[in-house]
Amino acid sequence: MFINQFLIFAAVLFCIGVYGVLTRKNGVLVLMSIELILNAVNINLVAFGALHQHVAGQVFALFVIAVAAAEVGVGLAIVLLIYRNRRSINVAEANLLKG
Amino acid sequence: MIHLLAQEASPGAMSDTGIWISNIFFYVIAAVAVVAALKLVTTANVVHAALYLLVVLSAVAATYVILGAEFAAATQVLVYLGAIMVLLLFGVMLTRARIGADSDLDHEQRWIGGLVAAGLGAVMVYSLWEGFGSDKLPADMQPQRTQMVSDEIFSTYIVPFEALSVLLLAALIGAVVVARRD
Amino acid sequence: MSQLPTLLAGAGVFAAEETAEAVVAQSWLYDNAWLVFTLPSASFLLILLFGKRLPFKGAEIGIAAVSTSFILALLTAFTWIGDVQDQIAHGGEGEEHSLVVTDAGLGGTAGEAAESVAVALTAEAEEGGHGGDVRGAPVINEVEWFGIGTDANRAVLGTDANQPNQAPADDGHGGSSFSIPIGTQVDGQSVMLLIVVTTVSLLVHIYSTDYVHGDRRFTHYFAFLSLFTASMLFMVLASSTLQLIVGWELVGVCSFVLIGHWWEEKPNSDAALKAFLTNRVGDIGLLVGITVLYFAADRSFSINTINEMATSGAIERSTLTIAAVCLMAAVMSKSGQFILHTWLPDAMAGPTPVSALIHAATMVVAGVYMIGRLYPVFYEGFGIAGGNINLMAFIGGLTTVGGGALAFVQRDIKKVLAYSTVSQLGYMVLALGVGAYTAGMFHLFTHAFFKACLFLGAGSVSHACHHSFDMKADMGGLRKYMPITFTTFIIGSLALAGIPPLAGFWSKDEILAGAGVWPGTGGNGTFTIPFIFGLITAAMTAAYMTRAIWLTFFGDYRGHAHPHESGPRITIPLIVLAGLAVVVGFLNMPSPFVSAIGLPSSWAHKFEDWVEPEGVASFVGGENGFTHASPSLSLAIVATLLAAGAGASVWLYYKRLYARDPKATEYTAETGSIMTQVGALAVGHKVLEEKYYLDHLYTDVIVGGTKGPVARAAYWTNQNILDRMVDLVGTSSVAVGRFVYKFIDQGAVDGAVNASGSLAEAFGQILRGVQTGQIRQYATLLFGAATVLVAVFIIAV
Repeated sequence: MFINQFLIFAAVLFCIGVYGVLTRKNGVLVLMSIELILNAVNINLVAFGALHQHVAGQVFALFVIAVAAAEVGVGLAIVLLIYRNRRSINVAEANLLKG
Repeated sequence: MIHLLAQEASPGAMSDTGIWISNIFFYVIAAVAVVAALKLVTTANVVHAALYLLVVLSAVAATYVILGAEFAAATQVLVYLGAIMVLLLFGVMLTRARIGADSDLDHEQRWIGGLVAAGLGAVMVYSLWEGFGSDKLPADMQPQRTQMVSDEIFSTYIVPFEALSVLLLAALIGAVVVARRD
Repeated sequence: MSQLPTLLAGAGVFAAEETAEAVVAQSWLYDNAWLVFTLPSASFLLILLFGKRLPFKGAEIGIAAVSTSFILALLTAFTWIGDVQDQIAHGGEGEEHSLVVTDAGLGGTAGEAAESVAVALTAEAEEGGHGGDVRGAPVINEVEWFGIGTDANRAVLGTDANQPNQAPADDGHGGSSFSIPIGTQVDGQSVMLLIVVTTVSLLVHIYSTDYVHGDRRFTHYFAFLSLFTASMLFMVLASSTLQLIVGWELVGVCSFVLIGHWWEEKPNSDAALKAFLTNRVGDIGLLVGITVLYFAADRSFSINTINEMATSGAIERSTLTIAAVCLMAAVMSKSGQFILHTWLPDAMAGPTPVSALIHAATMVVAGVYMIGRLYPVFYEGFGIAGGNINLMAFIGGLTTVGGGALAFVQRDIKKVLAYSTVSQLGYMVLALGVGAYTAGMFHLFTHAFFKACLFLGAGSVSHACHHSFDMKADMGGLRKYMPITFTTFIIGSLALAGIPPLAGFWSKDEILAGAGVWPGTGGNGTFTIPFIFGLITAAMTAAYMTRAIWLTFFGDYRGHAHPHESGPRITIPLIVLAGLAVVVGFLNMPSPFVSAIGLPSSWAHKFEDWVEPEGVASFVGGENGFTHASPSLSLAIVATLLAAGAGASVWLYYKRLYARDPKATEYTAETGSIMTQVGALAVGHKVLEEKYYLDHLYTDVIVGGTKGPVARAAYWTNQNILDRMVDLVGTSSVAVGRFVYKFIDQGAVDGAVNASGSLAEAFGQILRGVQTGQIRQYATLLFGAATVLVAVFIIAV
């Protein structure tokens, strides 16, 4: 098995995730796309762990999963807060940074 | 299936047939994952999107099995498919997303996102191709057992592990503080 | 002869290494000097974390830490003194001093004095010539903070701090490696300041437990008091200029926080900001100066290396001058020298113990200390040897007179003391500027005690008078109510005014002698103008302190509170400081005095023996030698009479005023305007015959002359010209701009300007479009830019 088949698979997932983050308006869908990106990274970590026959790759993937759990928790809390204040989770409407 | 693959991946050098089977499994899984991911970012239905995410996450877990990372695969199933998916579905429900098709989920200028994603993909695929063109996973690839993972976490990576637990606690408190009504 | 300085410095370095090794082996205290500042900084953290829950709200941690530091500092000082005494006993230094002692004329004729100086010079030259024991070589303990380059190279560098020329070695690959060591430098000067800082800090801690009792930010106050003490001690022990900068900025931050302790009131936070910002001006000078020295000294931050290279002539004179001028800017801001002194009186907005600790005894002398640390740089850079005037002496002289004059017209007792501090700091800078190194450091030492005593006394007074500092409205006659505060304040004032035998007398007298103008004093040059400034200030100091004392403690009480003596936690520090103000002067008695009163000659100028660092001592006897001035009895008598006379005049002025009206604080209608007083001065001889001869002399000529036009003019200058300088610059540039616009700019230039303006505007509008507030768009830009960058990287590599 080529290492590249895993890496390119991960890269494709990553780009799809980026596309989702960039195009989706719905806050929950943006969060889902971010999960795609994180999973792509995890595949890379595990694949390199397998390539070098070292367990560190897997350990880092586990850490990433834990961080992702935290991220989803906080992210959903923010989305809920936006929803409560604006009755909408359209991230396009959250533009207080407009110059 | 997991059992079968774990068997395939474990003892000694894998036979050619074993590699063949693994490869076929991988390509099928990858194809499913990519299609599901594409549907995830294009579907007009939020609940469907969540279900597609389920498919992608399962596929990633399967990929871990192929790579011999059994504990990561198990965690993926437990944490992602179990906890995070439920959280996301709760998010969908609590924000009263329309059940069914919704034409207003995407921005108008999707092509910009597509362009950036495609460009990024092109750059990454090119550099991966250049960088790891013919590198192969070792033929005698050993699965990384849960015991090895735990030994590593609780020796070398004990400090990051503890830091991570603090991070989770902080995220927990932060989420409560942000989301509670006052 | 031209080779001599280099030889001397070489011998000095050699000796320094030897003694340093020997001494390090002896003392655990030198190795662990870092404990002195680590303890208060630990206390800072502990107070912040746990202070509020403790029974005394954190004060006990601060006091414990500072008293431990105090004990360590005392032990270090005793060890140091012991070592120096050993060196004196074994080396030739003792003889050399006895030589100077016996030959120095006690107010003798000029011829005699010249001879004695010559003898001293040759004695010292011989001493240095045969490479004798260098007294008081610094003990440096350094560790590598960080280094760049290979280990092999770094092993050569930075490990031996006494090794000069820590030039970066070439690592053979075209690059160079360097190492930045940090550590502690224990020598006479730092030990002296350790004692000052820990003593005053400890007393201020004790005093504060009563003074800020019940304050809403009591814990916060003590935390920052600890941090300040730690930062100051860190700066004092710094072995490299980098550490000096760190400590310098840290004390600035603490000063900012503590001045603004009661930030709810706008003037207080304004004063804090003013202090902080004014100091930033000087900090630019500090940064530039230290950078210049870093490159000049072959990339070394080590104070010792810089000093050795400056002394030996390895750094060019012009480079040293540039560095010295830049560093002088830092001194001007930190040590309140004219024209950057304006923050110091405003800084009195902070709590009084803070003023005593930071803005009188310790932080404001950081500038003076820095001059002392890098004295060879200033000495060579300003060409002090054999000079008549230089930037440092001039600024010091200007400050000392200007500050003294301003102290006359203040109503606020703390502001009188603040301007007095400015004036005395000017005295120290003047001393260093005329080459009287030891005298300047000694004045720093004595001033710290009596000025802290005065500030704490002022705090005690205000504690009794409903926290008012207004001498005219709320004070008067307090000597009956608060005898201890009164007595200590009197002692502090006498010491400040330089009345023998209190501390200020000895140090001030040494500075005046050091100017080398008075016949028989020798010195490093003939600094006539600084000397005159110094004499004027000696008189003025006595006068304005007498005024402050009268307004505060004599006459009838004018306020509406019920004044009472403060509690023991306030009075005990006052008594201790007053006691120190009496005795510390005896540390540096001139040798003729010592022999005159029949004490053994080894009792003379102990301070000089203990404090003067090797860096300065090593160029004693060089071609442009650094010499100690000889004391002069006649000068001492003249200066004392001047001070006593000025004080007595003011005293009589108020006495007469009191006879007319017990509640009056100054003559008003009955003496007429200032202009008639000046007129009276012009026709002075007629006034002599008049009935109110004394009255006129005291009120019009001396007091009026100083207090009236000169002081008011100085104050006016201060308030109007300096404060409005910025405004003026702004206004005038607008005026110039209008002129140019009207006559030159209307044509082609105008078009270009307009075009560039609208171009900028248009670009702004375009870029504004990017700032949509859409996170999606920002993310798109982020990912797009990353893609482009990666692509560029791939193609390029």
